[in-house]
Amino acid sequence: MSYTKKDLITTSNLTKDEIYHFLNLAKEFKALNNSDVKKAKSLYGKTTVNAFFENSTRTRTSFEIAAKRLGADAINFSSSQSSTKKGETLIDTINNIVAMKTDIVVVRHYSSGAAKFVAANTDAHVVNAGDGLNEHPSQALLDLFTILEHRGNLENLTVAIIGDIFHSRVARSNIYAMQTLGIKVKLFGPPMMLTGMEAFGCRICKSMQEALEDTDVIIMLRIQLERQDDEVTFPSVREYSNFFGLTRAKMKFAKDDVMILHPGPINRGVEINSDVADDPRYTHILNQVENGVAVRMAILHTLISNKQG
Amino acid sequence: MTTLIKNATIVNFNETKKANILIESEMIADITTDEPKTDTIIDANGKLVMPGLIDMHVHFRDPGLEYKDDINSGSESAVAGGVTTCLPMANTNPINDNAVITRDMIAKAKARGLIDLLPIGAITKSMDGNKVVEMGDMINAGAVAFSDDGLPVASSDVMRYALEYSKHFGSFVINHSQDCSLCHGGHMNEGRVSAILGIKGMPREQEEIMVSRDLLLAKLTGGHIHIAHVSSEWSLKLIKQARDEGINVTCEVTPHHFTYTEDELMNYDTNFKMSPPLRTKSDVTAVREAIANGLVDVIVTDHAPHHDDEKFIEFDKAPFGILGLQTLIPLTLNLVRDGLISYEKMVELTSTNAAKMLNLKDKGVIAKGMLADLVIVDPDMEYVYDKNLNKSKSSNSPLIGKTLKGAAVKTIKSGKVVFDFPNVVA
Ligand SMILES: [Zn+2]
Repeated sequence: MSYTKKDLITTSNLTKDEIYHFLNLAKEFKALNNSDVKKAKSLYGKTTVNAFFENSTRTRTSFEIAAKRLGADAINFSSSQSSTKKGETLIDTINNIVAMKTDIVVVRHYSSGAAKFVAANTDAHVVNAGDGLNEHPSQALLDLFTILEHRGNLENLTVAIIGDIFHSRVARSNIYAMQTLGIKVKLFGPPMMLTGMEAFGCRICKSMQEALEDTDVIIMLRIQLERQDDEVTFPSVREYSNFFGLTRAKMKFAKDDVMILHPGPINRGVEINSDVADDPRYTHILNQVENGVAVRMAILHTLISNKQG
Repeated sequence: MTTLIKNATIVNFNETKKANILIESEMIADITTDEPKTDTIIDANGKLVMPGLIDMHVHFRDPGLEYKDDINSGSESAVAGGVTTCLPMANTNPINDNAVITRDMIAKAKARGLIDLLPIGAITKSMDGNKVVEMGDMINAGAVAFSDDGLPVASSDVMRYALEYSKHFGSFVINHSQDCSLCHGGHMNEGRVSAILGIKGMPREQEEIMVSRDLLLAKLTGGHIHIAHVSSEWSLKLIKQARDEGINVTCEVTPHHFTYTEDELMNYDTNFKMSPPLRTKSDVTAVREAIANGLVDVIVTDHAPHHDDEKFIEFDKAPFGILGLQTLIPLTLNLVRDGLISYEKMVELTSTNAAKMLNLKDKGVIAKGMLADLVIVDPDMEYVYDKNLNKSKSSNSPLIGKTLKGAAVKTIKSGKVVFDFPNVVA
């Protein structure tokens, strides 16, 4: 069963079949990416625009490479928060981009709900590349793809997501997709980063030990050290790493074959210590980066196929 | 000029009766079963006649932000909603913090001649929370109460002074209750929905903390504190306790807070973004119970027009507030339909209590010798609240395009018909 919606904004409305559609397609594209000729034609003659209203070199580059490997002309547009403050509205900006005959707009924006708002008000296909604190569907799909690739299946899994859950779009998209697949999700972090999280119906852990025990996959979230301006986050990096960071010592609670994922970039010594992050037994962080391109190719390819009916 | 409203089902706060209303110039000359000869006859058969509604909390954006609404369009929205007396808040530009502006606002409304406009003055100069306005002077100019609505008065000391000073003039203070140190730039209620949406929230405790402070300051000063747009269960508990202890407190609620929960925000619809925000089922239930058991003194709209472009934007950038005047009657009638209140109680909450609180001796009741401010209500009429009916310059209401039940079919201000529902004969 293929995916037939115009846009990809959220993982919350994806069916199991739709998730597997993206993962299976990503597998094909990954094989292509590992061949000598890293080129497909499904987006030949199409234009994609990465409309990034918030900085993210990694995600933008990943979408750009994905589009180009499919033969599209990939254009980058970036606009900081301060420049949109000068007057032009988000919709005006997007409509200008779409007026130049753009087929797909990949939107990254600092406001939750912005991608949905854009999708509802433009004819182009819209991919949510991260909207505020809300969602980041391609990241969730690449996490799932990485797990599937390593383990061979996604059955009977328990995943722990650890860190700043409230501010994490990666967490929300992962929770929705994983719950749809029947994966058990546990959450752990400082209380101020778990506000309201009972809403997702996941088990909320009281300690790192509880989070790590009987867990197959650990997703460590990035702590936004740069976002200390408008709110109280946590008292100190030192204390955070003691109580909520992943260290070699705490790994004794984890299964031997546990996988560790991280959306990157890592704050070494804060949410995760180098002795864990760089341990090849556990970490799959670079796999995630590689898989990101394949998953994004699968997304772009699918949306364009929909258009051609 | 004489008018007879015949076959009226007159609803007052204390009784409902069938009679004819004789209007001579501005006044109600008689309530009678006779049919005296008059210049005009209005047949109100099958309809309810209520005292003109008094809305103690509106924003007309005039002076200064007339592109959202102004006193003229605000007046038209009011009478289309059955409201004949409005109290506009002071957060205009310039701010209504002095007698000159107060007089100008009243004069502009008089010139349009649809409603009585009774301005609420700011509590503090420039609404900066520091220095209390010249309350006596503003009252002489026509101001009836004081509020920095939109902004809470953060300093307890300033609030104390405002309560003491307004009491001296027989007036009162309305606070927009919010402890902003607990905001973190929230855009909606903090809880389940904000967690799902990834939008920063405002906990109800932010309101409750400020409500408790103001109740304690009213205790200290003996001043009258009126709590604006109460939205949380615990605010109501605190108000109940204070009132039981004899503290001089009144309160208001809005139709949106007794109608909707935060669940409406699941689609990031900016027309549900308001302050205080929509809260949970238990809060809505508490607000409805407080209306039913008499704790709530008045229902107000907090009519807050914002230009369409300002709401057609990312959720966290959109301003707070929705239109309210033209949906006041249908939403309040829902309380009657749900068996929560009677028509009499509806009249008390939307007119009589406000008249009492504001000491308006000729309003709030349909009786001989009172001002002929009346609204003829068809409680059963169904219609689409569309852009043609909407009289505001803005359209930031989640109910635009929706089918509503119950409306003002004719509004009479000081004996003159100031609104007729299109194509309806009353
Ligand atoms: Zn207010």
